[in-house]
Amino acid sequence: MLLIPCPWCGERDESEFTCGGEAHIRRPPDPDALGDAEWADYLFMRANPKGALRERWCHAHGCGRWFNVERDTVTHEIATVYRMGDPPPGEDGS
Amino acid sequence: MTPARYSIFSLARNALGYHRNWPRAWRSPEPRPSYDVAIVGGGGHGLATAYYLAREHGIHNVAVLEKGWLGGGNTGRNTTIIRSNYLWDESAHLYEKSLKLYEGLSRELNFNIMLSQRGVLNLAHNRHDLKELSRRVRAIRLNGIDSEILDPEGVKAEVPILNTSPSPRYPILGASLQRRGGIARHDAVAWGFARAADARGVDIVQNCEVTGIDVAGGRVTGLETTRGRIAAKKIGLVAAGHSSVLAAMAGLRLPIESHTLQAMVSEPIKPVLHSVVMSNAVHVYVSQSDKGELVIGAGMDGYNSYSQRGSFRIVEAQIGALVELFPIFSRLRMLRQWGGIVDVCPDASPIVGKTPVEGLYINCGWGTGGFKATPGSGWAFAHTIAQDRPHALNAPFALERFASGRLIDEHGAAAVAH
Ligand SMILES: Cc1cc2nc3c(=O)[nH]c(=O)nc-3n(C[C@H](O)[C@H](O)[C@H](O)COP(=O)(O)OP(=O)(O)OC[C@H]3O[C@@H](n4cnc5c(N)ncnc54)[C@H](O)[C@@H]3O)c2cc1C
Ligand SMILES: [Zn+2]
Repeated sequence: MLLIPCPWCGERDESEFTCGGEAHIRRPPDPDALGDAEWADYLFMRANPKGALRERWCHAHGCGRWFNVERDTVTHEIATVYRMGDPPPGEDGS
Repeated sequence: MTPARYSIFSLARNALGYHRNWPRAWRSPEPRPSYDVAIVGGGGHGLATAYYLAREHGIHNVAVLEKGWLGGGNTGRNTTIIRSNYLWDESAHLYEKSLKLYEGLSRELNFNIMLSQRGVLNLAHNRHDLKELSRRVRAIRLNGIDSEILDPEGVKAEVPILNTSPSPRYPILGASLQRRGGIARHDAVAWGFARAADARGVDIVQNCEVTGIDVAGGRVTGLETTRGRIAAKKIGLVAAGHSSVLAAMAGLRLPIESHTLQAMVSEPIKPVLHSVVMSNAVHVYVSQSDKGELVIGAGMDGYNSYSQRGSFRIVEAQIGALVELFPIFSRLRMLRQWGGIVDVCPDASPIVGKTPVEGLYINCGWGTGGFKATPGSGWAFAHTIAQDRPHALNAPFALERFASGRLIDEHGAAAVAH
């Protein structure tokens, strides 16, 4: 059972949350110019790493807000939690 | 190289020797420096692929490379439900091919896989469920596959211990039933294919993890492994939950997410449940093993994981659902619980076919429901590798469907029901 630190509500039980999958998938800036393979990549292809994964979670049965989590998919350890719109840790120059 | 046949006579003969003289069922060879075909993953699908490569296509210079022990992945962790009642034609044909192969498999492999066609029920709990089930049953029958609808009295007659009274929050309004569905012994399927493949010259190499895929000029040339480099003209990836990790070694991305799916067994009790009972609406399914244990499963964890440990939240929900369906089970104790890493595709259908890399083939995405497909998947994949083109059975399950948009949406067949 995960204990997930919501950026707004603090640590809460996994059962209050839903997982929205891989984070930082950018909507293609120019959809009209996209070929089938690029659409497939955007819509369906996923990194699915064994190790550190950045993903989106929603505190559905709490504040109802979305946020980002960096979690290890083997140990389930949560390395960091950051708000929507914030740059991923280590990628903001700091 | 034919191994000693198993029969009533060999059983009697070996009983006289206190079962100390059984020959080994397969060799444990050192990997050779090169193979015509290397299969990555020694689960049921990989072993079946190797067997059919040798048997149907005369390709014997084959290795199955397994990082752990044979059948130690999802093959040895699943709840062994077998059925072919899938909605879409493409799936119906593939799963039915598999069920037909299963029906003759003990004899063909000379290995008792303990197939028990005891019937699989899918319950309906509201009017929408009922409509959906009758649509499915009709589609399935149009494909020549046995399937029928039961009313609540019919359900009660099949499974007397189900609570079919109107009192539960989600009452049972009916069910679909595939009588040819049932269960089989999962280890025996892996062992039977392993023994038969080995007898045809296939090298099964355990404790051999693939760590790299060598590609030169858009073509595979071999594999890096923890037991050295192994050259191969063709490579088949059959690694279930680790498919994305392996595909990445060849620079490929897959539409797959790995999740934990768990199951548990109760303490053994006297025979009380004859059929397999599944409910998508309340999220649980159950059968009783020959040992008397109830084998219970449900949905998977909602987030990516390679941990093989399920969340307690799922345990709680599935036991709640089980007890609502079967009040008689409320005082049972659970013996064991475990998890496997399932490879989930966006359309809940598998990927069986070629990849953009020449000589590299992939068989994955079976997710929560591939045990029932083991022989059919191996059969079709062996054809794909041998002929370098898919068989009509698996052509619709190509990786390209995610670009063409021809998805095969089987969420209704596979969401909870495995
Ligand atoms: C709890 C649970 C219940 C299930 N219930 C059912 C059910 O009732 N009915 C049904 O039809 N299906 C069910 N399934 C699904 C079914 O188990 C799988 O779809 C099927 O067994 C997959 O077989 P496989 O041979 O492809 O994979 P596996 O048996 O997982 O084999 C893949 C193998 O690849 C190996 N491997 C991975 N990476 C490497 C590497 N780098 N190098 C070498 N080897 C590697 C692994 O060790 C593993 O042995 C269930 C699954 C689970 C987890
Ligand atoms: Zn919150």
